[in-house]
Amino acid sequence: MTITDVQSTPPNEQGYRAFILGGFHFRRDEFFVHISWPTGKHVASIDAFLRALQRDVAWDFFYGTVNFDHVFGTVNHYGTVDMFAGRFNDAYRRAELDHTENFETPVIRETFKAMLADWTNASFDPFASPAETAKPFGNKDGDNLEAVTRRRISASRMVGVPSDEQIRTDESGFPVNRMFADVPQDEPEVHANPGFESEVAAFNLFAYLSRSDVTWNPSVVSVCKDSLYCPTTEEYILPIVHGNDRVEWFLQLSDEIIWDVQDRDTGAPRAKVTMKAGDVAAMPADIRHQGYSPKRSMLLVWENGDPALPERISKGLENVYPVEF
Amino acid sequence: MTTYVTQFGSLDSYDKGGIEIINDDPKHFVFSNIFEVANGAKPYEKVAVAKNTKYVIEAVRTEGTSGWRSCAHDEFVTVLDGEVKVELVKLDTPAVPADKEGSVALTGEPVGQPMGHLVLRRGHQGLLPANSAYRFVADRPGVLFQQTIQGDDTIERWAEICLS
Repeated sequence: MTITDVQSTPPNEQGYRAFILGGFHFRRDEFFVHISWPTGKHVASIDAFLRALQRDVAWDFFYGTVNFDHVFGTVNHYGTVDMFAGRFNDAYRRAELDHTENFETPVIRETFKAMLADWTNASFDPFASPAETAKPFGNKDGDNLEAVTRRRISASRMVGVPSDEQIRTDESGFPVNRMFADVPQDEPEVHANPGFESEVAAFNLFAYLSRSDVTWNPSVVSVCKDSLYCPTTEEYILPIVHGNDRVEWFLQLSDEIIWDVQDRDTGAPRAKVTMKAGDVAAMPADIRHQGYSPKRSMLLVWENGDPALPERISKGLENVYPVEF
Repeated sequence: MTTYVTQFGSLDSYDKGGIEIINDDPKHFVFSNIFEVANGAKPYEKVAVAKNTKYVIEAVRTEGTSGWRSCAHDEFVTVLDGEVKVELVKLDTPAVPADKEGSVALTGEPVGQPMGHLVLRRGHQGLLPANSAYRFVADRPGVLFQQTIQGDDTIERWAEICLS
């Protein structure tokens, strides 16, 4: 699908195009996104919407459900994607106002990419901490394609291994973040005998993370078959509420994050999990979660990329909890 | 201008979080703290602190010299406290069958070509290449965690280490 296949309108009074996908219609004004579908409509802050849209696009719809808020979101079926309104909201379901449509992944991907590109102004970076970017409000004012089309980093073996993803430096455009100025930047000692330069490898993960220019954006740094280390730096609020289709693990590397954990399908609160440096916790396969990071922190998100897992869990062949004790 | 202090943990100093239950069972979150686990472990015990089907993250207390181990697939170690030297040998003959997952302990000294070594400190992540032999050397107690697959020597003591 090309951008010319995306259904959109000419710019409105504020300069923004509206987008149509199936029965869903999206338009923005100075402050809000307005979403409508055959059984209802929804309004949300354009700030929160663009931050969520950025993650959904960059992660290619991620693992499971990406709730933009308590009404709108997507469910990844890895080849197709459900777009929904009210599906995981108990009141909408009871009132039978919920609505879901399924799309081939390239179709929804291109529509979302076009919407993100058109609705993001020059001075706003949806991946940045709110303290490090301008506001997204107002009439259309240029674009920020460089920010919204960042390449997602994904090591095939490990960051720092020759021919794989490389470490971040000042020279490569990744200065140390203001909140990680005290993180040591020393590199490990690597003493490789001749012929083993591609096998004897190490890098400073903490220094690497201290130079991340984005927040709430897990990216792969090491791979052991389907075991994926996806560390990320977090500041302020996770812009989406992630609904799990498999168990996910968190290892808090620095500082603190507070997680609101809710039932995946209804949103009913289940727990608050406070994680500090060295803490490890599972996010079960039947929950949704949203994190709050008071200071920029380092979080190791550990994923199992086995593509068979969602079906095995839905059939009861795998437990939604990782360990029984 | 605010001066920010990044909080890391260590064997001697860590601050553990917790769970406020609203309508759930704390066991579902399998919540532990790596430094606490390492404080209660013997040197180089491989204590699982996270498990996702066959995959595990193991907490390892580094202290003294470990035995030699090998694995048919890549593994990765990340140091959270202390300093550890990782010695690597390319084995003349793989010690582990290709379809065996998780690492195994080797008997005696490995036979092969020295590949070199790593010196890792807090925050450093190193590769343990498939079919190499490796061992750890640490002059003082420290902590690392290891990305691997559950093996014969992976220890599961969830009831001891997790909030319940």
